[in-house]
Amino acid sequence: MKFLNQAIAVTLLNLRNLPQRAGGSVVAVVGVAAVVLVFAAVLSMATGFERTMLLAGSDDTAIVLRSGSTAELNSGLSNDQALIIANAPGILRDGDSPVASFELYVVVDVAKRSTGDQANVPLRGVQAFAIDLRHNVKISEGRMFEEGKNELVVGRAAQSEFAGLDIGNEIRFGQTSWTVVGTFEADGSVSESELWTDLRVLQAMYNRGSSVQSVRVRLLTPESIKELSDALADDPRVDVDVLSEKDYYAGQAGPLSQFIKIVGYPLTILMAIGAVFGALNSMYASVSVRGKEIATLRALGFGPFSVLISTIVESTLLSLIGGIIGGALAFAVFNGFRVSTLNGASFSQVVFDFAVTPDLLAQGLLAALIIGLVGGLFPAIHAARLPVAQALREL
Amino acid sequence: MKYFGLIWKNTWRKKVRTSLTILSVLVAFLLFALLNALGYAFRAGEDVSSAERLVVIHKISLINPLPISYEARIASTPGVAAVTHASWFGGYYQEPRNQFAQFAVDMTAYFALYPELIIPPEQLEAAAKNRIGTVVGHELAEKFGWKIGDRIPIQATIWTKADGGRTWELDLEGIMRSNDPRGSTAFMLFNHDYFEEARAFGKGTAGWYVLQIAPGADPVEVANAIDAQFANSPNETKTSTEAAFAASFAKQFGNIALIVQLILGAVFFTLLLVAGNTMSQSVRERIPELAVLKTVGFRDITVLGIVLSESILIISLGGILGLGIGWFLVQGVSQQMGASLPGIYLSPQAMLMATGIMIGAGILAGLFPALKAMRLSIVDALARG
Amino acid sequence: MAETLATLQGVSRVYQKGKERVDVLHELDLEINTGDFLALMGPSGSGKTTLLNLLGGLDKPTAGTVNVGGAILSSMSNSQLSNWRATHVGFIFQFYNLLPVLTARKNVELPLLLTNMSAKERSRRAEIALDIVGLADRASHRPRELSGGQEQRVAIARAIVSDPQLLLCDEPTGDLDRATADEILKLLQTLNAEHGKTIIMVTHDAQAADYARRTLHMDKGKLEARTTA
Ligand SMILES: Nc1ncnc2c1ncn2[C@@H]1O[C@H](COP(=O)(O)OP(=O)(O)OP(=O)(O)O)[C@@H](O)[C@H]1O
Ligand SMILES: [Mg+2]
Repeated sequence: MKFLNQAIAVTLLNLRNLPQRAGGSVVAVVGVAAVVLVFAAVLSMATGFERTMLLAGSDDTAIVLRSGSTAELNSGLSNDQALIIANAPGILRDGDSPVASFELYVVVDVAKRSTGDQANVPLRGVQAFAIDLRHNVKISEGRMFEEGKNELVVGRAAQSEFAGLDIGNEIRFGQTSWTVVGTFEADGSVSESELWTDLRVLQAMYNRGSSVQSVRVRLLTPESIKELSDALADDPRVDVDVLSEKDYYAGQAGPLSQFIKIVGYPLTILMAIGAVFGALNSMYASVSVRGKEIATLRALGFGPFSVLISTIVESTLLSLIGGIIGGALAFAVFNGFRVSTLNGASFSQVVFDFAVTPDLLAQGLLAALIIGLVGGLFPAIHAARLPVAQALREL
Repeated sequence: MKYFGLIWKNTWRKKVRTSLTILSVLVAFLLFALLNALGYAFRAGEDVSSAERLVVIHKISLINPLPISYEARIASTPGVAAVTHASWFGGYYQEPRNQFAQFAVDMTAYFALYPELIIPPEQLEAAAKNRIGTVVGHELAEKFGWKIGDRIPIQATIWTKADGGRTWELDLEGIMRSNDPRGSTAFMLFNHDYFEEARAFGKGTAGWYVLQIAPGADPVEVANAIDAQFANSPNETKTSTEAAFAASFAKQFGNIALIVQLILGAVFFTLLLVAGNTMSQSVRERIPELAVLKTVGFRDITVLGIVLSESILIISLGGILGLGIGWFLVQGVSQQMGASLPGIYLSPQAMLMATGIMIGAGILAGLFPALKAMRLSIVDALARG
Repeated sequence: MAETLATLQGVSRVYQKGKERVDVLHELDLEINTGDFLALMGPSGSGKTTLLNLLGGLDKPTAGTVNVGGAILSSMSNSQLSNWRATHVGFIFQFYNLLPVLTARKNVELPLLLTNMSAKERSRRAEIALDIVGLADRASHRPRELSGGQEQRVAIARAIVSDPQLLLCDEPTGDLDRATADEILKLLQTLNAEHGKTIIMVTHDAQAADYARRTLHMDKGKLEARTTA
């Protein structure tokens, strides 16, 4: 126990001296703060994007695509095939009709509000059940489009991010002109990046006849997906892939969030290495400033271990302070920061908010802790090994 | 320069401190190099795009196809020297994660329009003659181990064949590379005739047109003439230079450049503090020595210069090392992973900018300590020592 | 016949730096009795501080044995030496070496942190020690607010607070004027005479040495036969 008391005493003494070494300490703190800031900012892009994508998927909804097509945009089904799919077993029925929506997914060029640059905005043709099929979608302003009319309802995120989508606006895509009649929200999920209209109207505009790209259905239970996909696999008239909505969106989210992580983690590690050099530097400086004090304490009988601990604690504490500052800054500046980017998997824009989650902050603090420990260790060993007689001479 | 010896000695008076500072600087410039090279990839080869080539796409969106009949009408537009078409295939090799670009094209016309793509003439001829012939970039050939004569099955995600199949078998007849070190050829070309004949739907269309303007023609006028021709038809067009098209596509990713700049801003701000702190420690320690220099007759401005040079020297040492390592890494990545991460490139402009940053940061970091050294009063300083 | 506190036998201290070899102490023998007050004089570089460091367990001899109060310092590990120093020896330096952030009382308490004493007990002992050196009224001042003489008194209080047998002083008055130096030396005399501390004091000042019971002269790492009583 004496051991511990000693270590605590020397550590407290050391921390009281800290203001005298403010310059070096501030550098160490800022270095770590920058690492945690950049880490949290970059990774919050991935978490925000994933959240937006995954929120959209539920496991009691299935999406049926032509087999082999990795995304709705690539898929294609005839009206007959779509009808066979909708009437397959495992699907919830509302009275006589299956709870299903045939959908067409295309992209249109719309300018970004912020920069005016053209972007691939998804335009979805849907049927009446579309809103019921998506748990979190509801019209929040205005009204739903009327069937057969050139009317659009727009996702809240799309409305905020892209120009000309306010209620009452007219917008032209090619030869046709559309009226925005309503806004829908979807708890911030990817659906909010989309514009919706009546399937038939969109088919006409795109010369798609009666063909569609996907069929979305409400399953009886999440387990019914097996029944549905088995039935469709056995049916020679259709050749399709059946995915739960959840799996589908996870697949759509995968490549981009992977990419951000593949860039983000090595970036953080590199920066952390830089910060370790910074921390080492200021801790060596700190030890050399404290040389006289350390030698005096050692002459009084304090052991090398307590000197070691005090140095490591100093470094770790500075790092943690840096980590907290960096994390707080990341949270203040980036949490909720809205961007839109092209998701390669769907070849269309996804609007999402950066999400600085507690999990990310914890990882950032862990990084700070490691930087502090590594940056403090060698100077601490150096301090503990200072030959006392020698150090006293250098006063 | 006669002071270089003195500056060099002073720089290394505290070896650990100087080395650690240099290492932090190294990391910062390594990050600069890597992020710049990555950012370059995101600009989707704007620099390698031509301003003499125009791209004609559907006005509603790039994904909407245009009638194949447009080719002749574009060709007859005044100011158009040559035109060809291309279509996006969107397939993969073996597994969905092996995705790369495939285009259905008219081989001969396509290579004629892209002189920067290098292919042996006999290979081009063979690829054009074989209905299911294909040409791939050397990056892909290396990645998948393809050799000329191989039959390569490509899985379609969009284009099912009229017979219901999804596998398109192609014979590798040629391997191309770019004559520009920045240009990527991580894509596959195959014959539009085969594509047109075998696909189940969408017949009679092409994805987009590429054209070469006649010498002396004004690209804006030519673009306007083409778009005017198809105005008020069901398939209106949007024509722009290839460079503008690449730039507008890159912008779809959102402001990647801003994010990169933010990160680098944080990195360099920290770097300035680290280096500045080192310099001010170093000056503080040698106040008596600096005073002695002045006593001996060094002018104030010379003392200032010596301290600033030290600071620039430290940052340049780290910076050059960091850039060097970055250059090697980027080189390695573009050779090893050119197929999965095309277009990663450390441009001379970025190197030049890094050099500017080195000098600027060196001056900034050393400025206050140097001013302190310059203003040092000999009497005070010696009394303190 | 007083008993022996410290014995040095055949002690050598050699510094080796690359090829250069500095023989600071050479086969030195010395006995110090309990209750002695010894002044150590000699030219600069003769090895006085080195000898003091060996006696205080701050440094180890290259050869020979150092025995202080039965502890063989020359064969103890560094951490054993730390523990030994905490209770057996007090140091007084030329430049006091007080910690600037602590008050006089806290500075004096410092060595007691190495014991299991309660905070109250520590504070009480520190008060006593400060009282002995005549600084009870400046207990809550920081070193910066004290004069050189006062700082040295605080340092002395710190050296005696854990009640060590041996006090080692390296030029304790080297930085003080005559009058203040005399006060400090009288204080050391009191500690020797009334509190029974054995004191070894390095000094360049013959007048200071007069306060000691005897004086040893050192030159080039050897003790000279000449001793002054
Ligand atoms: N670490 C070291 N390496 C080499 N030589 C050393 C070292 N430490 C001390 N010395 C040498 O040992 C010799 C004795 O030093 P010491 O400090 O004991 O002398 P001193 O008698 O206390 O002198 P002063 O009166 O100046 O304090 C000196 O010549 C010194 O140069
Ligand atoms: Mg000495």
